Amino acid sequence: MDLQYTDEQNRFRQEVRSWMEAHVPAAPLPSFDLTREGFEAHRAWERALNEGRWGMVTWPESYGGRGLDLIQWLIFEEEYYRAGAPLRVNQNGIFLLGPTLMEYGTEEQKARFLTAMASGDEIWAQAWSEPQAGSDLAAVKSTATLDGDEYVLKGHKIWSSRAVFADWAFGLFRTDPESQRHKGLSLIFFPLDAPGVRVQPIPQIDGETGFAEIFLEDVRVPTFNRLGDPGDGWRICMATAGFERGLMLRSPARFQVAARKLVELYRAHEDEVEPTVKATVMRSWMDAEAYALSIYNTASRLVAGGQIGAEASTNKIFWSEMDIAMHKAALSILGARAELLRSAPAAGDVGKWLDGYFFSLAGPIYAGSNEIQRNIIAERMLGLPRA
Amino acid sequence: MDFRFTDEQDMTASVVRDLLSDLCQSADLRRLMASEEARDENRWSKIVEMGLAGALVEETAGGFGLKAADFVLAVEACGYACLPEPLVENAGVSLPLLAEAAPDNELLAQALAGEITVATGHPSNLFVCDADTAGALVIGNDDGLFLVERQKAELARQPSVDPFRRLFAVDFSPADATRLADPAHAASMLDAALDRGALFAAAQLVGIAQRCVDLAVAYAKDRHQFGKPIGSYQAVKHQLATAQVKIEFAKPILYAAAASLPEADMYSRARISHAKLVAAEAADLSARTAIQVHGAMGYSWEVDVHFFLKRAIALETWWGAPAFHRERVACRVLGGELGPEHTFAKEARDA
Repeated sequence: MDLQYTDEQNRFRQEVRSWMEAHVPAAPLPSFDLTREGFEAHRAWERALNEGRWGMVTWPESYGGRGLDLIQWLIFEEEYYRAGAPLRVNQNGIFLLGPTLMEYGTEEQKARFLTAMASGDEIWAQAWSEPQAGSDLAAVKSTATLDGDEYVLKGHKIWSSRAVFADWAFGLFRTDPESQRHKGLSLIFFPLDAPGVRVQPIPQIDGETGFAEIFLEDVRVPTFNRLGDPGDGWRICMATAGFERGLMLRSPARFQVAARKLVELYRAHEDEVEPTVKATVMRSWMDAEAYALSIYNTASRLVAGGQIGAEASTNKIFWSEMDIAMHKAALSILGARAELLRSAPAAGDVGKWLDGYFFSLAGPIYAGSNEIQRNIIAERMLGLPRA
Repeated sequence: MDFRFTDEQDMTASVVRDLLSDLCQSADLRRLMASEEARDENRWSKIVEMGLAGALVEETAGGFGLKAADFVLAVEACGYACLPEPLVENAGVSLPLLAEAAPDNELLAQALAGEITVATGHPSNLFVCDADTAGALVIGNDDGLFLVERQKAELARQPSVDPFRRLFAVDFSPADATRLADPAHAASMLDAALDRGALFAAAQLVGIAQRCVDLAVAYAKDRHQFGKPIGSYQAVKHQLATAQVKIEFAKPILYAAAASLPEADMYSRARISHAKLVAAEAADLSARTAIQVHGAMGYSWEVDVHFFLKRAIALETWWGAPAFHRERVACRVLGGELGPEHTFAKEARDA
């Protein structure tokens, strides 16, 4: 066990730090889930990252990356959040679909999709859930019917993150009409501006439109847009979900920066808060550290050739619950100001904690609800029998 | 940067784990409890033969010079087995302390040879554990650090809820003891002993937590109600999954704390305290969950869960109660560097 960074890793950290200090926008960008303008501002940031070859450091150089390992990715993320850089509007693409494409895509598919993903030219939405297929994802009914060298997509997707402004979506479709449940599903990409696609934004609890419904009426895409073999969609989706929950969806640095800000907020109001708040603040800091150490542990294992397992599920439960607790602690420090919207003259920077609190409440639901994660832990890690 | 145990570190742990899974089973524990003897002599002699007494003692003082990170998994295994004998306190705390204070002392040589054990009386702990079977006691108090042969100390048993913990109030006359250090020198040695004690208590608590979950999982697979194993019901599954999540996120803290223990600064001490806090919480939650999953059986003497519950209660306050450790964490948070670039703080401070 060696918990020292190498000289090379330290040099890499300095390189990221210098670039971020020179390039991170001075003022925060407007939300990418509220207006086209905010979305495009984030796309411009993705392009700037790509020009510095910082879009996705773990990807091969041929797709705009640097071919770095997961420890270096963690260092990059630490410096990224330390610098207060914008959230990644293309996270569905770069963190979820990207690694999956790398593993299951043909060379032609990788060349077609990965480069445009890394550059920010194509921003991705996910299209997994349907009105009757949420936690029970294998109940999807949307179909992809083969017609020559094209698929004809038909169906109704929902809770599709980023779909309001994104360019492309990837989703699960039933390619075998006779199939049941997990069999006969395929993972297929479609442009969100294709004829027959209608996107209906869904206003969220915070008023933004971070997700949408997608109605597909005879949408034609080439079979080239299918990832993996026909009927292999479920297995590939689960691999994608593993990446999502496991490591990349929520990098530890995000929570460590939030914990630092929470401690700063606590210090600023130390004299006026009730005594129990201190313990809550310390708990948030400890949890952020625990999450970071756990991810370093997993990353070390993966770098050495290991596979991600049920820790994808334990991680997801841990960070989502930590995120809520952290924001609740902040709201308790803010006291009567906690209810103020960003626009209230007396709000100061209070509003961002409230926004963050709302978003944290989605954490135990998206990327597979925490109830599903607990089933996975119980069955795959502890070996308890299925219901 | 490689946050994995080496093969050698895994090996040390598996030797201890294998021995204990052989000689420290439920029936062994219950036999010892009925006999009211201090030790299972057969098991203890096998443990002594492993030669781990001097594991953490510097090579210059006759030990192996292993680091806490080399020993922490073995200690976890001792918690998992609810080991009654004092392997952890003797090898993990007392002998490194004695070796630092008196590297040439004859009693240390006897202890390294496995002829005697040494028990520590530390200001953090109300009592001395396993004082009666020890050959010598190292006692820290306001007047310094003392070495006392057991026969020259007066022991008063303080029965613990844990049937395998042997606690004693110890009294001795300074005239019968060797003073190893004055108060100023004793302080840093006692601080180091506290760090080791708290770290290894945390390691045992993680082992206890995992054992509780494992016992409950085994029962939940076997016990049928409404025509199915109770472990197939989500109400049971989710409680056990929640306990396992607690364990999974206590482990990396524990292992990182073991690795940074030698740094002996505000950062490494906060990490040890963090480990102790979350390990105690994991053990508490896992023990109570195990009792709940066992139903009425969980409240019985017959099921082993209570051994682990009781050990968890004892270790939660042993080597520093939660309030003490929370304060050490608070000192680091309010007085140290924060943020993602400081996870492995030593690097940042040295840079």
